[in-house]
Amino acid sequence: MAVIDRLGESLDGGQGGIILSTVDSLVDWARGKSLWAMPMGTACCAMELIAASFSKFDFDRHGTFPRPDPRHTDVMVVAGTITKKMAPAVKRIYEQMADPKWVIAMGNCAVSGGIFYYDTYSVVRGVDEFLPVDVYIGGCPPRPEALQDAVLQLRQRIATESISPDRRRESSFVLPMPGDISFGSRPGGGEDEGGDAE
Amino acid sequence: MNITELREHLCATYPDLCPLFSIEFGDGVLAVDSERLSEAAHNLKDLGFDRLGMVTAVDRPTRFELVYRLHSRSMSAALVVKCTVEREDPRVASLVDLWPAALWQEREVYDMFGVVFEGHPDLRRILLPEEWEGYPLRKDYQDKTLIRRPDYI
Repeated sequence: MAVIDRLGESLDGGQGGIILSTVDSLVDWARGKSLWAMPMGTACCAMELIAASFSKFDFDRHGTFPRPDPRHTDVMVVAGTITKKMAPAVKRIYEQMADPKWVIAMGNCAVSGGIFYYDTYSVVRGVDEFLPVDVYIGGCPPRPEALQDAVLQLRQRIATESISPDRRRESSFVLPMPGDISFGSRPGGGEDEGGDAE
Repeated sequence: MNITELREHLCATYPDLCPLFSIEFGDGVLAVDSERLSEAAHNLKDLGFDRLGMVTAVDRPTRFELVYRLHSRSMSAALVVKCTVEREDPRVASLVDLWPAALWQEREVYDMFGVVFEGHPDLRRILLPEEWEGYPLRKDYQDKTLIRRPDYI
């Protein structure tokens, strides 16, 4: 029921028969729930990216799992140092991904060059020099939880997108954060995110 | 075979290489002329050094020092071969025909230091893009995109 509440208005009092919604809501909901990841792992952050997919952290429960083919994927996770020689290859793989597509810069090297910022001739100082990054994750390397948090934040961002390129819409999608009083309590009525189990 | 035995074996087989032998930090080191590197390498391979572990270079103020590390399975021994080349137009004979492992190692030294290995079948950059200018591990390498680390970090 929480899905229906978020998507639109139920005409029959939540019996599940007829729902009025907007295309934007439906599309954003569908896009955000199955973000397949292109694992662009080039350095040690890739270990955490791999760990996030395995059973202890279990990326699948967010609808996200790595695919090695750019044409299957929605979000590129740049995990690791990108050298100037590697950058054209990363850009090319990004261009092979089908729209809509997003980018997560995972780890300090992908964010800014990290420890290779100074005195290094060969490292790109952040993938945002050539890719439109949506979510940045700091850390050297970040924990798998941080990557999963980035996917949740990306979902929050996707919920504000519109199929019209000129428009952004307000989102009612509230992501619970540690520290929120409601975190973990899951009140009924769809305020809580709570969508993963549905 | 320890270093003393290696030295005796080397001196017995190739007396002309004997005065070039020394011990640095527990490793046997053979310092040869760059013109005679190929000949010395042939002799060392005949002696039993069947494996080339690594090739690298050191940028000294007036010269480049090339460092080859050789291993021998039959003798259980290792040997470092050093030779120096001029900083201006550095050239040295390639050892690819003796140890195929030198193919990529010499390309890397060429990539980082600009040392030209004569006789190498495919001498081009290996780690950096083809259009890169300069040789980054030289001490006088200039790169305008490089950001110097400030003193307070």
